[in-house]
Amino acid sequence: MSDFYAWAAIALIVVASTTGDVLLSYSMKRVGDVGELWKRRGMLAVIGRVFSTPTFPLGVAAMGVAFYSLLFGLSWGNLSLVVPASASLTFVANALAARIFLRERVGRRRWIAALLVAGGVALMAV
Amino acid sequence: MTFRKYLVLAGITVFSTAGDSLLARGMKDVGALSLHNLPGLLIAILNPWVALGIVFLLTFFTCYMSALSWADLTYVLPATSLAYVLVALVGHFRLHEVISPTRWLGIALIAGGVGFVAAGPSLTPGEVSSHESRDSLSQKVEL
Repeated sequence: MSDFYAWAAIALIVVASTTGDVLLSYSMKRVGDVGELWKRRGMLAVIGRVFSTPTFPLGVAAMGVAFYSLLFGLSWGNLSLVVPASASLTFVANALAARIFLRERVGRRRWIAALLVAGGVALMAV
Repeated sequence: MTFRKYLVLAGITVFSTAGDSLLARGMKDVGALSLHNLPGLLIAILNPWVALGIVFLLTFFTCYMSALSWADLTYVLPATSLAYVLVALVGHFRLHEVISPTRWLGIALIAGGVGFVAAGPSLTPGEVSSHESRDSLSQKVEL
């Protein structure tokens, strides 16, 4: 039964952190290159623009959910299961979500990279 | 990709690793937390290791947001996964932990993935339009 709870926590972590990453990436693409913006308008303009992007706080909130799911997951399952399983599944979920929601071109090169990293992270836990 | 942008990617890797390690070090002093002991959370923040860890993680978050403003999510995530390798190497060389052959294989896979994505383009055309491009567009219209 505790296995079921651990995998439920892993699923929640993957969904929440993928949602967070996609929302934050979307927000920052709307803000534009912060290095350029900083040079032209200064630091306050960068901070103002980031915080006035409505999807930014949503992304931070989703990351918060992912963080607390991790804490609960760690109290239900083993560190060596929860952390690598959620991290490596998140890499694959992010590649899918970025393709669908952010319309990034996830070509063969990026799929191979995501799968290699996901596999590597899983192996690190063995 | 300029040298400064590679520095930001390196910053993500280093600051997330350092922040996590400092938090882990500090939480050893603080002990287990529970939802019934909320004041414990405040005491945890007062621990110097934890406080320093939080500062590092905030720096990491700033670098991460900066990178996402000029590179794809599917580029930034694999490119910064060297953090996993870094943690293992710190454990091996500084803390004298033993790394099993399977873990070395994992390290090799991650490093290979990083090389694969870093050799490709950092930004592909998406449908998200930035204020930046709209600004320059409106400037052109004004001209």
